[in-house]
Amino acid sequence: MPAVSRSSAQTASNPVRRIRIPQKFRNLELLLLIAACAINAIAIVLVQLGALGHIDTTLIVLGAGLSLLVFGMHVAMRFVARDADPFILPIATVLNGIGIAMIYRIDLAYGDVGWASAAVRQIVWSAMAIIAAIVVIIVIRNHRVLFRYTYVAGFIALALLLLPLVPGLGREVNGARVWIGIGEFATFQPGEIAKIALAVFFAGYLVRNRDSLSMVGTKFLGMRMPRMRDLGPLLVVWAFSMAVIVFQRDLGTALLYFGLFMVMLYVATGRLSWVLLGFSLFLGGALVASQTLDYVNGRFTNWLDAFNPAIYDAPGGSYQLVQGIFGLANGGLLGTGLGQGRPDLTPVPQSDYIIASLGEELGLAGLFAIFALYLLFIARGFRIGFAGQDDFGKLLGVGLAFVVALQCFIVIGGVTRVIPLTGLTTPFLAAGGSSLVANWIVAALLLRLSDTVRNQPRLVVNE
Amino acid sequence: MNRELKRVSIVVFLMFLTLFSSATVIQVLQSDNLRNDARNQRTLYDSYKVERGPILVGGSPVAESVPSDDNYMFQRLYSNGTLYAPITGFFPVNGEPTGLEGALNSYLSGTANSQFLDSLERLFTGQERKGAAVSTTIDPVAQQAAWDALGDYTGAVVVTQPKTGRVLAMVSKPDFDPNALAVHDGAIVDETYAALLADPGDPLINRAIGGDMNPPGSVFKLVVVAAALESGKYTPDSEFPNPLTFQLPGTDTVIRNSGGDDCGGGETVTIATALRLSCNVPMAELGIALGDTAIREQAERFGFNTEFDIPLAVEASTYPRGLDDAQTAMSAYGQFDVRATPIQMAMVSAAIANGGMVMNPNLVELITAPNLSPLQTFEASEFQRAISPETAATMTEMMVNGVENGAASNARIDGVSVAGKTGTAENGGDLPYTLWFTGFAPANDPEFAITVLIEDGGGLGQTGYGNLLAAPVAQQVLEAVLNK
Repeated sequence: MPAVSRSSAQTASNPVRRIRIPQKFRNLELLLLIAACAINAIAIVLVQLGALGHIDTTLIVLGAGLSLLVFGMHVAMRFVARDADPFILPIATVLNGIGIAMIYRIDLAYGDVGWASAAVRQIVWSAMAIIAAIVVIIVIRNHRVLFRYTYVAGFIALALLLLPLVPGLGREVNGARVWIGIGEFATFQPGEIAKIALAVFFAGYLVRNRDSLSMVGTKFLGMRMPRMRDLGPLLVVWAFSMAVIVFQRDLGTALLYFGLFMVMLYVATGRLSWVLLGFSLFLGGALVASQTLDYVNGRFTNWLDAFNPAIYDAPGGSYQLVQGIFGLANGGLLGTGLGQGRPDLTPVPQSDYIIASLGEELGLAGLFAIFALYLLFIARGFRIGFAGQDDFGKLLGVGLAFVVALQCFIVIGGVTRVIPLTGLTTPFLAAGGSSLVANWIVAALLLRLSDTVRNQPRLVVNE
Repeated sequence: MNRELKRVSIVVFLMFLTLFSSATVIQVLQSDNLRNDARNQRTLYDSYKVERGPILVGGSPVAESVPSDDNYMFQRLYSNGTLYAPITGFFPVNGEPTGLEGALNSYLSGTANSQFLDSLERLFTGQERKGAAVSTTIDPVAQQAAWDALGDYTGAVVVTQPKTGRVLAMVSKPDFDPNALAVHDGAIVDETYAALLADPGDPLINRAIGGDMNPPGSVFKLVVVAAALESGKYTPDSEFPNPLTFQLPGTDTVIRNSGGDDCGGGETVTIATALRLSCNVPMAELGIALGDTAIREQAERFGFNTEFDIPLAVEASTYPRGLDDAQTAMSAYGQFDVRATPIQMAMVSAAIANGGMVMNPNLVELITAPNLSPLQTFEASEFQRAISPETAATMTEMMVNGVENGAASNARIDGVSVAGKTGTAENGGDLPYTLWFTGFAPANDPEFAITVLIEDGGGLGQTGYGNLLAAPVAQQVLEAVLNK
């Protein structure tokens, strides 16, 4: 097992360091975690004071349980990932907590309690997600294990993506067929987990085939164009994304996967021609889709002419988009205060539109803080790419961080009318179990990678 | 690899910069525009968050905001809604408020400029914003009496105080319940509103101050006689030829007195008798003799061709310009294109009662801030002098005569001298008549001026007339307010 050999190597090469130097990163993390949990608790209390006018301890107790789990992860890392990045866990915690507070706030507006309460379900999902993250960080002691399973990861990603198309298992929500479910319960978006498997697959594949992809090819228009036979993977991923658009009716996910592939391809090969080629392909496909597929066309119309009364009133029109913008405008600079706005006027204010809900109650100031947290989270991921020594780890770190960045941009850009609105979840914030589990696993993998970066500066994947 | 990574980092940074910018544009730069969008329910709900001020009649609220459990925080409640609907109007969750709810919206919602200091103070004291209270001049007894007396007729009753112009009663029928339009479900409001709009009785129109105005008919003879007396060329005893029929100059049209009456039967008839018996032929002759300019100027001194804010918007009653002799003759008995609101006719009676001085009509007495300090008081104000005190006295005498011995006999009240004039206006073809009464009481010390309007012939088509239907309504109201 590589995990065993690695830890024994550590103890052998550096036995004294462990004893003398206190775990600086972990202590900083603990401090930040305490602050994060305090912010989350205050957010829930403010929601209760704003919307209920009194304090109700049930949810605070549940939230405290979550905090314990997070501290459990922190303790686990003191043993298995001592030098991991100290910012990732607190950021994930505070985003997750603010999300729960806002979902809870919407519950109060809707009058949902018990299992009908999305906040209670979100807390349960968060617990599972954090446990999944703990398991990942304990089981995967060395990320290079994942390199071995490059093609397995690719297969898993494909399988996960195809699952919603299986009759009897797939569920269609708001027109998009990206869910699976058994009975009425436990609906899950396998595509969220698939993005991790895809990142692993892309990283492994690109590291293996980097040379042929980057070196050969004829020069054209000042750029070295790829050979036809090397175009294969790009075309496959492109076709795959287009299939998602057509069969699963999910523009956002397709853009996410394709964007992820393009960026990883560019970082791995350093060839801009790949990116330009890829984006022309995707734009061309999206353009054709917008002309031929009604739902894509509708998304574009809603985006371009949102305030047109005819489009606003049309079924599936821009009502939601405009309501979300009204909510944001209502928040203004400082927001209405938690529990004191009317985010419940916007459809699905706790999932796709949680950013609009947060913008309404926390204001522009609150959104800036949230954006800054995302940027920091992503920057910590990119840091692995900059500092890492093995190419697979570098690529994986960049890929995972970028997938979070792109997802944020697609969904928040959709809500704020920068790009057409597509259904994706806001990482860590939005209600939805699959998204939470996936993003917590992303966090765990980034933590693992960052630990390796600091521990084994000279480790290089044998190429 | 790191060079590429740097570039990707820049791209990610730019992506987030875009998000920062788009959020700033929406939440700060465009937020006022977005808040003012008519579709923004949040703004609407916020306007309900304010406890809207009440509208008071005799010290008790006829419109007030009571706490509600829904998004709107407050429910507008109209106690005795149908009775006061022409005054309060309604405040819908979608669409424009009407009546005083609309005319004084900024005060009621607490956003008027005069309330600015108040709201600044609240910003520091942390109190909830509250709207101002509007006290009306309406007398609940007069309003109820007018409502009861008008019964099921389509029409309006206006009672004013001649010396001040205060409106004591304002009834318009058919009625509607403003509570039905104040429900918090926009779809139901739309449905109710559409049904009221489609109602052939046009219940949403306040007939006392506007709508499709009616020809005043014979009540306009008061204006013509006033013009005659004011001209100095005529006295009540000035005589005019008294034929049974009269051919309008330059036309084939032949006019008669109402019901083919002979107007006393003499060769000639005095202005006093013509007014008392309400004869058309001598009035047409007088009108032609005066000319349309003199009549119009007199009408305008009474308030015709002027819009009033009471602060409900009162539509201008009209006396047109540039009439030929035939048209002038018809206008002299309130036909052709002459149109009047009941409140305008009440102003004519009130001016005669008030020694010739027209007072500006007024429906609101006082607006008070939530801390009870007065924001605006409404003093009685003069519009202008319409006729001299002497003319006024002469006309009062003639109007009293009209009730006691003339065409307005059904307005008589035992022990009180009532001055009055009836009207029966034609609407062309076989359309039902419009019936009028205007007058005041007691004639020696006028306290109340009243005008009754009954549309659609009071259900009697072309067989009803002012004295038959409108005068008893006025009599009933005057009795009620005089016995108070």
